Amino acid sequence: MNQLFSRMPPLAAAALAALLAFVFAVVFMEQESDVAVISLLALGAVAAWGAGRVGLSRRVSAAAATRPGAVAALGGAVALGLLAVFAEDHFPLLMLSTVMLYATVALGLNVQFGYTGVVNFAGAAFFGIGAYTAAELVGRTALPPILVLPLGGLIAAVVGLVLVVPVVRTRGHYAAVVTIAFSVLFKTFLEVNDTLGGPQGLSVAPLSLFGWSFGEGPEILGISASFYLNYALAALAVLALAFVMVRRLERSWIGLSLDAVRLDETASACYGIGIRRSKILAFVVGNLVIGTAGALYGSMLGYIAPTSFTFSDSLILVAIVLLGGMGSPWGTVFAAAIVVILPEKLQAIQEYRFLLFSVVVMAILLFRPEGLLPRAVRRYMPAPKEVAR
Amino acid sequence: MALLGQYLVNGIMLGTIYALVAVGFTLFFGVLDVIKFSHGDVLMVGAFAGFTAAMAVAAVGISNPVLQLAASVVFALSVTAALGAAIAKWLILPLKHAPRMNILLVTLMLGTALREAVRLFYPDGSNPKAFPALLPTSALTLGDFTLRADSAILVAAGISVIVGLHLLINRTRLGLAIRAVAQDEETARTMGINYALVVLVTFALGSGIAAVAGVMNGLYYNEVNFGMGLLLGLIGFSAAIIGGLGNLYGAILGGFLFAMLQMLGAVAMPFASAYKDVFAFAVVIALMAWKPTGLIPERASERV
Repeated sequence: MNQLFSRMPPLAAAALAALLAFVFAVVFMEQESDVAVISLLALGAVAAWGAGRVGLSRRVSAAAATRPGAVAALGGAVALGLLAVFAEDHFPLLMLSTVMLYATVALGLNVQFGYTGVVNFAGAAFFGIGAYTAAELVGRTALPPILVLPLGGLIAAVVGLVLVVPVVRTRGHYAAVVTIAFSVLFKTFLEVNDTLGGPQGLSVAPLSLFGWSFGEGPEILGISASFYLNYALAALAVLALAFVMVRRLERSWIGLSLDAVRLDETASACYGIGIRRSKILAFVVGNLVIGTAGALYGSMLGYIAPTSFTFSDSLILVAIVLLGGMGSPWGTVFAAAIVVILPEKLQAIQEYRFLLFSVVVMAILLFRPEGLLPRAVRRYMPAPKEVAR
Repeated sequence: MALLGQYLVNGIMLGTIYALVAVGFTLFFGVLDVIKFSHGDVLMVGAFAGFTAAMAVAAVGISNPVLQLAASVVFALSVTAALGAAIAKWLILPLKHAPRMNILLVTLMLGTALREAVRLFYPDGSNPKAFPALLPTSALTLGDFTLRADSAILVAAGISVIVGLHLLINRTRLGLAIRAVAQDEETARTMGINYALVVLVTFALGSGIAAVAGVMNGLYYNEVNFGMGLLLGLIGFSAAIIGGLGNLYGAILGGFLFAMLQMLGAVAMPFASAYKDVFAFAVVIALMAWKPTGLIPERASERV
């Protein structure tokens, strides 16, 4: 049993895993009753355990290490397949897009928390800055709406610059209080500021791209798809871009110095790494990613209010990062899926979802503190293509 | 002038509550180097326990406010002290060697769990509860300025708790043990101090003080609700941080400073008094940029 998959080529194992994940996701998304959802969850957990027993997991992680590009493409194919299956249904598409955008945000937070060790408990605030930027720009200016996404990121990063001095100068708990204070400040500010809609919030006009309005469902091959398909595809594009960027950053010498700064500031300063520069870079890049996702999220929902960007939401975002495993991009995406979809699927426990959710995160921190898919040890040399076995 | 006096009394009142919360953060940080973020929600649990006790005593037929208040405070104190010790024993001590961020997150999640548990399981917990007015409401009037007796009693009670804590930390054997553990855990252990016990007692103590702050808050606003702990906890944490973690006086200073900032925000910006919290937190961020380790920094030098 143990040897069943150990001779399988890594990429074939990854493809098999992707296929299984795809089938599981489709079946899971279609379930309505709580009993079915819970039994599927149990089945998924057993399958994950079984995949570890028969050596499939190890082959998949070998594939992820040696052929990261191909594995990422497989992940993208799974996501595209899911979008195709649910192309006509509003709700699953909305959920999938939310997963992808939350995953993007968590990737941005990963650059800060996971690589550099810069704490940011204001993730939802920067997400909100992106969303409010989209609302203001689409509503009040004649900017081509597709520019709104990078601008959302840019504005979030620029607003984040206000915090750069305290974030760089402080450490540990002292740094945490800076971002926590900002998170509360931001939400309170939105609530009392009338130009930004106050507690009622703002509505956001739909995006459009070269005359193709995102507010209407496209007709593809005779199927009239949900208008959420536009946003889901855009979310997938943003996620893919962020994923590639974060992976590139991690593998570059910049990522190496970010890791060094997290592990030991004094030692890395001794080797000539600019601590301040690294921290500022991570903070700005992370906020850029978060803000971009926020802009798309705002236009997708069509309506935003301060209650979507509270400190508790920032906590959920941080929980995604920790749940997936600090610095592990695949883990982040996986954890985002769990955190977003599970409460929506378990309608019976809807009322208790925050309670259950916090208890689950506590249990994970107590019993599996490295996260669900821990980050692998960095490979310093480019992987030899066939030797890795 | 009278208005200014009113603001001052208000500020002292709030400052006392904030200082009581901040002192808890700083005590926990002292003995274990951890931030227990559920502190604000423990406070909320304390306020609800106090409310329940006051209601129960009234339901039995005792309408003497002094007895009600005593029952309320005693019950709130014992519930939160037990809760604080339990949190330390089963959540924080097991994670002692985990990364700091994990402890911060685990206690943040515990805070959410407590908040949700009260909202869901306390009878009609999702609505605010009217806390009974147990203090005399007579007032002393000097021209336009009125000093209400209940405010004066609350401030006096809060300040005596702080003074009592100061004496406990500096004048008793228990306080000596707490200070020893805070200074150097290893040495304290070799000197025969029961480390785990000191930690549990410190957590019980800090949480009990939070309960006092919770009941005070309930008496002052005549209301308790399940969400009251979040902002109070955040403010207490900010106060402890701007004062400088691990320093009792820093926490008290930070608490009063934060209350003064809020009042200043309300007085100095009459056109925008809604922005008083925005102003106070913005000043906190600026203070952190100026003094990255708080106004009264920790004395221990950094180990490389």
